[in-house]
Amino acid sequence: MEPTIVRFLLLAAVLFSLGLFGVLWKRNIIILLVSIELMLNAVNINLIAFSRLGLVPNINGQVFALFAMVIAASEVAVGLAVLIALYRNRNTSDVKDMNLTKW
Amino acid sequence: MAFPQLTGQMIAFMLISLVVIGSAVAMLFTRRVIYMALMIGGVFIGVAGIYVLLNADFIGMAQVLIYAGAITILMLFAIMLTHHGHQEQTPVNGHTIFSVVAAGGLLGLLYWGFNTVDWAKWQSMSPKTDAPEWGTSSVKAVANSIYTQYTIPFELVSVILIVALVGAVILARKEEN
Repeated sequence: MEPTIVRFLLLAAVLFSLGLFGVLWKRNIIILLVSIELMLNAVNINLIAFSRLGLVPNINGQVFALFAMVIAASEVAVGLAVLIALYRNRNTSDVKDMNLTKW
Repeated sequence: MAFPQLTGQMIAFMLISLVVIGSAVAMLFTRRVIYMALMIGGVFIGVAGIYVLLNADFIGMAQVLIYAGAITILMLFAIMLTHHGHQEQTPVNGHTIFSVVAAGGLLGLLYWGFNTVDWAKWQSMSPKTDAPEWGTSSVKAVANSIYTQYTIPFELVSVILIVALVGAVILARKEEN
């Protein structure tokens, strides 16, 4: 019994759903960012699984996964900088308190 | 019914999946924010193991360096710069029910989608090779691809990274009057 592609896809689907659940449920901005990272990792698993076990296996999936990693790193850096600016100005890290533009 | 013989790859896949999903669930349901940051490290290491299992050695090492190293530490810094004690548990309300329904619905939809695919036909069509298509060295293959076919996207991604990091420094800096 070999790990076939559908097992990797199921693992990625479970990881993505857990990340979506965290994004919707949690209220701390740091945990929201971590949950987004979970979802990005799930997508990367899919890319690499298809690059090895897909119908046309080739290296492009790995290159795309590498690019997605770089974008994820930039996203985390900017997100945490926004979080720190928010914490300095309003002394909170709860999404419910990010309501400056709400009317 | 004969018990399906487990190969080493399958055992490794099952153990790593257990670590990944267990860490993710523990991360979502623990109360202290600092433990959440440590649990996400477990998820990242496990995903790196999945990449190595799929013969993507270079991406696995990059995952360990970027995610398990840099991003986890960045999260820990952010947690320590802002203050957190026990995170208060949200009571079961409409918000929780909505989250469970949305995430569970997505999982059910994806599972239904997987079941509609004829995987036996897929298996017969896919080239079953023991060695990966790109040879033994995934580092060489990734480098060849990045520096020939994907040179311009690679440079653009570098520009995005430097802009984002400079922007992060500017956003997080104290404003002077």
